[in-house]
Amino acid sequence: MARRYLAVAAFASLIVAIQMATFFTGTGYHLTQLTMTAYYSLVTVGLCMLIGYAGQISLGHAGFFAIGGYVAAFLTTWNLNPYQGVFVSLLKRSGALVPRTDLYGGTLLTVHPWLACAAAILLTIVIAYIVGGPVLKLKGHYLAMATLGIGIIVYRVVLGTDFLGASDGISEVPGFPLPGGLAIIGDASSRVSNYYLAWGLVILGMVLLLNLIDSRVGRALAAVHGAEDAAGAMGIPTARYKLYVFVLSAVFAALAGVLLTHYNGGVGPSEAGVMKSVRYVAIVAIGGMANLWGALSMSLVLNYLSLRGYFGTYDDAVFGVILVLIMLFAPDGLLRRHLLSDLKRVFSRDPSEEEAP
Amino acid sequence: MTLLSVRKIGKRFGGLQAVNDLSFDVAAGSIKALIGPNGAGKTTIFNLVSGFLHPDCGEIVFGGEAVHAMPSFQVASRGMVRTFQNIRLFPKMTALENIMVGRHVHSRAGFFAGMLNLPSTWEEERRIREKSIEIMELLGIACHAGTEAIRLAYGQQRVVEIGRALACEPKLLLLDEPAAGLNMRETNEMGGLISKIREMGVTVLLVEHDMSLVMKISDEVVVVSYGEKIAEDRPLAIQKNREVIRVYLGDDAC
Repeated sequence: MARRYLAVAAFASLIVAIQMATFFTGTGYHLTQLTMTAYYSLVTVGLCMLIGYAGQISLGHAGFFAIGGYVAAFLTTWNLNPYQGVFVSLLKRSGALVPRTDLYGGTLLTVHPWLACAAAILLTIVIAYIVGGPVLKLKGHYLAMATLGIGIIVYRVVLGTDFLGASDGISEVPGFPLPGGLAIIGDASSRVSNYYLAWGLVILGMVLLLNLIDSRVGRALAAVHGAEDAAGAMGIPTARYKLYVFVLSAVFAALAGVLLTHYNGGVGPSEAGVMKSVRYVAIVAIGGMANLWGALSMSLVLNYLSLRGYFGTYDDAVFGVILVLIMLFAPDGLLRRHLLSDLKRVFSRDPSEEEAP
Repeated sequence: MTLLSVRKIGKRFGGLQAVNDLSFDVAAGSIKALIGPNGAGKTTIFNLVSGFLHPDCGEIVFGGEAVHAMPSFQVASRGMVRTFQNIRLFPKMTALENIMVGRHVHSRAGFFAGMLNLPSTWEEERRIREKSIEIMELLGIACHAGTEAIRLAYGQQRVVEIGRALACEPKLLLLDEPAAGLNMRETNEMGGLISKIREMGVTVLLVEHDMSLVMKISDEVVVVSYGEKIAEDRPLAIQKNREVIRVYLGDDAC
């Protein structure tokens, strides 16, 4: 257990070190992409739990990210002023609705971001629960195709719905207020605080997942992954556990969607795109599947490079290529436990070190 | 006292009547063996009893409760736990962790308790670990606790699988060909182990091909052929039963 928290502390130091480095080199603008990277990383580690530890693939997690982002964006930008009535005034008095001014000085009455966030998470849980029940009965590439279908449905719905902004998405989303005068918002003045807030949340998520892996439920999930029939024979309700971990990973994705939408000030249909889902899976794969730290570090590097535009117009292609190469040459991922000994074996000519058949 | 009662169950796969009108009882505290030629339907019966398949007709009563419509995990949580003919250990987990999974039905921590690593789970985790090590010591495999289970020798894997089942503290242990793939010495040890398990108060129902093992350890034997029961008796009587000799050796042998 001590080792678990030591790794967390090491990662937290890395996050601080990166911020220090940008501070002393005067390159604070990097923090914007690094903050966005943090939210994408939250999706990745949740997905890593589902794919790597519970053995269930999902090619539709960008859909859950988008559900979170769109619900938050819609509710916090939907002006309720024209709908004055008993219900609206009641909501207003209870603090569920907040008045604010828009960019052009007009007054808006919109849902409080915290309430919108709760609604987004709740809707995600309901959808993941309803969809996950039947879909998780499938295995392997059938499950992959079904979840891919879910992602495509979400994508086409947000793209084709006028009040969700169709292909423009939703913009002018306000910041997400936090206690202590903080807010999740993309202003340059709150860049550092947002960087720490975002990565703090990722670290919190990591602690929760690392704890889970080492618990009774974590063993049960690994058992479901390894031999589902035998897990059932040990009294583990396999269908329920698969569903719960699916919902858990969907909540991670939706929360990331909500907060990144507030940070960016908007959300667009590309967040729901299939290539986004493929990207999350590719990062989990290159990170070593059942390796939360691998997924997190790969997410940090690759998302950052992608967001800084290093992959240029080949952005999506890069992640596709990564996925193909990993599946072909290193199905256990690039970062894995026996990496060093495996490398030694590759370069050694001693046949006794070859893996026994 | 009857622990398990199988009553007139039937199971059909397409055009094949795999199990037909089959009944037998297992008395608490006994070792009962299920034998029959290849393809007689033994494994199907096992799958029906353990909830992996559901019978088309008839009922299965375990400890006074009808279990034939339950999924396997509910059957297991009621104290009827099985092993597999082709060993089904959890890969990427140590032998100890495999056995710890067996404590699932006797522990409670859920998703939230696990994620928050609540102090209330620490005591439970400690008990799970202690009990699992205790079982490994009992079976003489404690020295392999830290080894990845599927890297152990075949015979040891079998013992780990039985240990995992024992960790559930079953009332009835279903062993699907426990001696398959074992050499003579290991088969003898397996026989000793099964007798020891019965002395611990666990009732045993086993499917087995090794006749010397079956005859030595079982109290009663059920013989099935083409999905139907053709005999049920003590081992010595079964060896002399003309019908049993006929299905095993052919008509000329009688």
